[in-house]
Parts: sequence; C-alpha cells; structure tokens
Amino acid sequence: MLIPVLTACGVIVVISILIGVGLCVLSEKFKSSIDPKEEKLRSALGGSNCGGCGYAGCDAYAKAVVYEGADPGLCVAADPKVISEILGVQVEAAGKKVAYVRCHGHCAKAPANYNFDDTEDCRIAYLAPGHGSKKCSFGCSGFGNCAQVCPYDAIRIIDGLAVVDREKCQACGKCVAVCPKHLIDIIPDDAMYVVRCSSLNKGAAVKSACSDGCIGCGLCVRTCPAGAIEVTNNIARIDQSKCIRCGACAEKCPSKIIVKRY
Amino acid sequence: MNYLTAFILGIINYALIDNVVLSRFLGLCPFLGVSKKTNTAVGMGTSVIAVITISSALTYVINRFILIPLDLVYMRTIVFILIIAALVQAVEILMKRKLPALYKALGVYLPLITTNCAVLGVAIDSAQKGFGFFDTMVFSVGTAVGFLVSIVLMSGIRERIQYNKIPKAFQGMPIVLLAAGLMAIAFFGFKGVSF
Repeated sequence: MLIPVLTACGVIVVISILIGVGLCVLSEKFKSSIDPKEEKLRSALGGSNCGGCGYAGCDAYAKAVVYEGADPGLCVAADPKVISEILGVQVEAAGKKVAYVRCHGHCAKAPANYNFDDTEDCRIAYLAPGHGSKKCSFGCSGFGNCAQVCPYDAIRIIDGLAVVDREKCQACGKCVAVCPKHLIDIIPDDAMYVVRCSSLNKGAAVKSACSDGCIGCGLCVRTCPAGAIEVTNNIARIDQSKCIRCGACAEKCPSKIIVKRY
Repeated sequence: MNYLTAFILGIINYALIDNVVLSRFLGLCPFLGVSKKTNTAVGMGTSVIAVITISSALTYVINRFILIPLDLVYMRTIVFILIIAALVQAVEILMKRKLPALYKALGVYLPLITTNCAVLGVAIDSAQKGFGFFDTMVFSVGTAVGFLVSIVLMSGIRERIQYNKIPKAFQGMPIVLLAAGLMAIAFFGFKGVSF
C-alpha cells in the first residue's frame, strides 16, 4: 500500500532535484549575460511600476536605460544621485513635478443641482445630466477615480473635491488619464501661482454655479508683467515657464481664483 | 512504407488535417496573444517547435522507461508539466543570451509556453495513444509545424485587419476570434484529404 506512494514521491523528488540542479547550473553559466548595472538600477528605481517614465514598468525602464540609452532622469521616485553613481554619468534631476486639480469647487462653494443616486464613479457621473450633480458642469465631481488609481496614495477627496498631497505625489500622470473632465494637470512643484478653476462658461453662468469660478474677465492678463497668462474660452491659464512669481495676478483677480500655492 | 514517406505524410497530417489550433483547439492563448506581428509570430512558432520536439522526446523517454515500469502512469500530467516547465526555463535562459532580440519580442509569452496546452497536449496524447518513438516525433513535429503555420497565417491576417474599417463593436479581440473561426472552417476542408 505504502510502496507505490513512496515510489511516486521518490520519482518526483528525484526528477525535481535533477531539474533544479540543472537549471541552477545553466543559469549560473549564463549569468554574466545580465548587465549588473541593470540590476542595480532596477533596485534604485521607485519600484511601484507607476509608469510615469513612459515605460511599461520599472523593469522595462531599467532595461531601456541600460541597453537603449533612454534618458536616465525620467524616474520621479528615484534619487538622481544614486542613479548617477550607478551609471557613472551625471543625471540631471528632472525637477519635481506634481499633479494639480484645477478646481476648487467643494460642496459648499458649488452646491448640487440634484441628488446623484448612481454608482459613485466619476465616469458614470460624467454621463449624467450636467456631467454630475454639481451645479458647475466643469468641476470636480468628487467620486475619487483619481484617488483610486493613484499608486502613491497622494490624492484625497475632501468635501467633494480631489486634493493632491504635494509630498506624496510623484507626477506619474495616472490621475490625469483617468479624470473624465481633464481637470488634473502636471505642473512643476515650485509653480507658485495657479488657476483653481476649469469652467469654460461665461461670467454670469460661472457665478451662478460656483462661488469660486473664473469669469474670464482678463484682468490678470493685463496685470501680468511677464505676459504669462492668457484667457481663452473664458478661462485663464498660466504658463508656468514664463511666470516670474510676482503675485500681481492673484492680487487683482476679482474672483480670487488665482491663488498662491505655498 | 518507408520512414521518409511516413514522416512526410505524418507531418502533413498533423500540420494541416489535424491542425493543433484550428481543429483540436489547443494552444489558443499564444495563438491569440502573439499573433499581432508576423515576425514575433514566426519566433513564437519556431520556439514552440523547439520546445515541443525536445519535450516530447524527453517525456517519451520518461514515460517509457520510468513511469510505465514503475506503474506510475497516473502521475503523467504532473511529471510532464515539471519537465516542460524546466525545459521552457532552460530555453529562456539560453535565448536570453543567444537571441536577445527574439527574447525581448516574445516577452511574457515565452514563459507562457510552459502552460501552453499544445505542448502538454502533444506529450500526453502521444503517451496515451501508445506511440513508439518515431511516431511520437512525427506527431510532435507535425503538431508544432501546424502551430507555426496557423499562428503565422493568423498574424498575416491581423496585420491586414489593421487597415480595415471595422465596426466599433468588433474592434480588437472580437474580429480576431471571428477570423480564427473562419480559418478553422477553411482548415476543416482538409478533412476530406486522406491517405
């Protein structure tokens, strides 16, 4: 009774050991083919496979850097110093970037038109009348698809509005892709003045929907000494590469939607 | 009938008439997964040929000289899986070194050969049918060639499908499955051929 069981076990064990030893020998023999740089680089990268570098994952990016000469400064989570040491070349830090939600219409400021009674999902809300229950059809619907996809847990929904944690955000861009209203931008972390509205409506319509909306008056455009602001489709946009951080726009803005971030 | 004619007829039989993908429905995962481009399809097909040939030779030996004498035929599946998995690992290690371009192109589908039912199917089928060594080899090479033929044909079709205007509901996998079904019907025509 016991003998067939034991032979079966024995056969499997012997075959497994043979295979294990064989594979070990084989992989040891061909080990030198893997570039040690790749391994080191892989461990220096963030490791969350966020995809912010534009490659399929950390493994793919490490390979691309070592074998295809990809830009080594693309990983937002890695320390550029460590990477420069591994590769032996000077890596410029890409400059930290963060995601920014261009809306400040939390529940008190942009009240609801009706009770939204479906699955709490931004993309479903987007299909509802007025792109969701908030009076402003351009604003954040606050169901947090961005928070769900964030691999760094950097987005919180506070009072019906997505808020990005600057410390945690690595600017991988997953939230940008998922937001049905395209409210999220990737901006330089040191950008000081930002527009916290995305409404394309005209002044009166904006004001009736939200107390914190850009009416497109253009005062900021005329005030800005650097010519960094322009108003198109009733919404102001700041070109962060031109902004000199004087703060004149924030001072003048009648709706107070251009704000100082820190 | 000498061995050469038997070999050629066997290959035709298993490659076209009893095609592994299109009439036995084995190995569908790589068939649909790696058939986007012709050159990766050719790479996948050839590595499947290599793996099937070597694995069925090995499994034949193990089945004939270890499992049958020890009365362990019921352990076939697990032992064969072990052998095939090890073989695929070995092929992967070798390919990484010798053919890095193909290794990269195949990507995740190379490890998937491990769980490719065509490979296991050939090994188990020939063991169950009690084939001799020669028949086993003809069967496995023929089956693998059949896999290569069907996956290369499929990739050619898919490359052309890209330029066609396809209704939205059919875009992507649905149209590929439809094309595979039509191919299977076409291959069914070979059933009329008999030696």
